[in-house]
Amino acid sequence: MKQLPPDYYSELEEIQAADFVIVELALYLHTHPNDLEAVKQYNEYVKLSKSLKKDFERKYGALTSFGYSYARCPFDYKEAPWPWQV
Amino acid sequence: MWVYEKKLQYPVRVSTCNPTLAKYLIEQYGGADGELAAALRYLNQRYTIPDKVVGLLTDIGTEEFAHLEMIATMVYKLTKDATPDQMKAAGLSGHFADHDKALFYHNAAGVPWTATYIQAKGDPIADLYEDIAAEEKARATYQWLIDLSDDPDLNDGLRYLREREVIHSQRFREAVEMLKEERDRKKVF
Repeated sequence: MKQLPPDYYSELEEIQAADFVIVELALYLHTHPNDLEAVKQYNEYVKLSKSLKKDFERKYGALTSFGYSYARCPFDYKEAPWPWQV
Repeated sequence: MWVYEKKLQYPVRVSTCNPTLAKYLIEQYGGADGELAAALRYLNQRYTIPDKVVGLLTDIGTEEFAHLEMIATMVYKLTKDATPDQMKAAGLSGHFADHDKALFYHNAAGVPWTATYIQAKGDPIADLYEDIAAEEKARATYQWLIDLSDDPDLNDGLRYLREREVIHSQRFREAVEMLKEERDRKKVF
């Protein structure tokens, strides 16, 4: 398993924080579908999350398979570390 | 269709190798009110629940799989460096004899997971009340686990999971109200 720089953890946490806002607002919107401010905030964090993941994947490899991330050669999605290993 | 993301929903850290804590935590992996039971309960009920709440059950059920992975990570990290003697001292010799360090879907007492832990009544109010109860029981379990644990890093993750149960319960309660409103509206012509 390749050694991870300290930035890996801080950058991963930024993604986890942004995606947490998205999950939380997604559940909220199921029962408050007309809350425009919540929809705006949701979309703002979708944009942030996408941009954070683009940078993260360039440095550390794909986060997803099945076409949700572009693949590189060699196919780095299959490489460790997996989430429970970091 | 589901898509896997190669990250945990929330960071999981443990302070030290501690198979005793892992033995307790496995309750939320393969126990009656654990994350596997939660995910399978909601994702199974959603096919016959009114359209208004299918999305909520789908998304909460999906989040439960992220929590299942967090619990698995906790158990893995707490046991990965344990010797057979440490496993034995933690009361995990029975687990070790069958599974070595592999995880398995059983509760803290070693009872394997069973589908009888979950219900599907086909009645939306009955199903959602079951879901609310399941979330409250899971919240209570996380509290007992935090009370049993002396690992501050682990407790940070457990507190996060406990708070998610509170949110899920809240959303399910709102879903019940949405269905009741719709039912009452239908009576007026």
